[in-house]
Amino acid sequence: MKRSMQFFNKPKIIGVSSIAGPKESNGSINEFIETKLNDDMFGEDTFEKAESKMLYTVIDKSIKNANRTEKEIDAIVAGDLLNQIISSTFAARNFSTGYLGIYNACATFSESLILGATLVDGGYMDNVICASSSHFSSAERQYRYPLELGSTRPPQSQWTVTGAGASVISSEGKGPIITGATVGKIVDFGITDANNMGAAMAPAACDTLFTHFKDFNLEANDYDLIITGDLGALGSRIFKDLMWEKGYDVEGQHVDCGELVYNICEQEYQGGSGAGCSALVFNSYLYNRLYNGSYRKILLMATGALLSSVSTQQGDSIPAIAHAVVIEGE
Amino acid sequence: MKNYNGYKNQNYIQYVKGISPKTNQKRSLFHAFWVGGVICSIGQSFRYLLQYGFNLSGDELSSYVSMIMIFLGAFLTGLGVYDRIGKYAGGGSIVPITGFANSVVSPAMEFKTEGYIYGTAAKMFIVAGPIIVFGIASSVLVGILYFIGFRIF
Repeated sequence: MKRSMQFFNKPKIIGVSSIAGPKESNGSINEFIETKLNDDMFGEDTFEKAESKMLYTVIDKSIKNANRTEKEIDAIVAGDLLNQIISSTFAARNFSTGYLGIYNACATFSESLILGATLVDGGYMDNVICASSSHFSSAERQYRYPLELGSTRPPQSQWTVTGAGASVISSEGKGPIITGATVGKIVDFGITDANNMGAAMAPAACDTLFTHFKDFNLEANDYDLIITGDLGALGSRIFKDLMWEKGYDVEGQHVDCGELVYNICEQEYQGGSGAGCSALVFNSYLYNRLYNGSYRKILLMATGALLSSVSTQQGDSIPAIAHAVVIEGE
Repeated sequence: MKNYNGYKNQNYIQYVKGISPKTNQKRSLFHAFWVGGVICSIGQSFRYLLQYGFNLSGDELSSYVSMIMIFLGAFLTGLGVYDRIGKYAGGGSIVPITGFANSVVSPAMEFKTEGYIYGTAAKMFIVAGPIIVFGIASSVLVGILYFIGFRIF
């Protein structure tokens, strides 16, 4: 079984773009976000259209930031949380490039980076855009209750990030290099509480990181940062416990995008989640830090809870996955 | 194929249960108590107003009070205030009749984007539907028990 791979031809991330809703724009990474919205409807009449427009905006701007034209882009690899990934498909409708729609819930962004890097590294394509998005309101109406319903959130719940991010991976140019990846496997320990996604995803993150360390013969110290997608505060604690049990101490390197994205306050409880969470944080703050050399080598490991509202209602447990991507500064 | 149906890693689930934050019950109960109490007091004051100011009584009086409270619940939902109250008060604002109005109006507003027929009208009862179904079913059951208990014996 071979879940890890190394890229030898240096696929580079040559341009990124990020967009965030009002709440995220006031969070701890606000100064790094390219487009900040004051209105989460983004001038559209539905939340789904707003999410799609956000994704369109980041794809469009990332092409410009990478100094490429639309004609030079070979494919867009994108995904989101909505049924039949409509945000991505409807955003890609505006481009005449190839399109690969993917879904791995909140792990979609690192999955798209793996696929994009593979396409570029293999020499099949020259410029690939990897993107994902999520929107609090569109996710909420699909997975939970209407927005105006006066219900309380349990303390273990998370808040879906309104945001999107896109990276252009290219064989030529200047930027951080994707050097390796470990593909996740589905891990399910039997958590059925759809509000406790951190606990459902932590074992998957642990499995992927453990496999990654074993396959590449590495330790936590070899990385400047090990970034999980949206485990949240509770999930992060469980993740570190599980890694400790396996004999690795990741306390010093571990950061969670969900914990990072908001100024932790009461209403978001455990932090951010959603496919846009890791995409937003990577394409703003982390890319900036990689580009200016503050971080030399990081491991981006977005985690996804692969549940649907149907499986939850049928009482099924939550399968989870995590994909790891190694990104090194130039 | 491995049979995953109902598989649970009991050790892990026990551990998660131990580590997960608990709802602060005393605080939640206090919030629910005072907000629920205020809502009921508002209802009661309308009742007195209608009873002594407009000389209403009996069924007519209670229907008018219900109508006013339902209107207020729906109105505050439309203004986007009721969900904030609900976040604070929990059961205190769900249980009174204003909460019922909120549970009907909020999906109606939310699904307007899918049209008036398949959106607003079809989705209006996704939250309140079960309450109505079980409310009617249990009232029938209690009615039958009452009939058996008091009319036959």
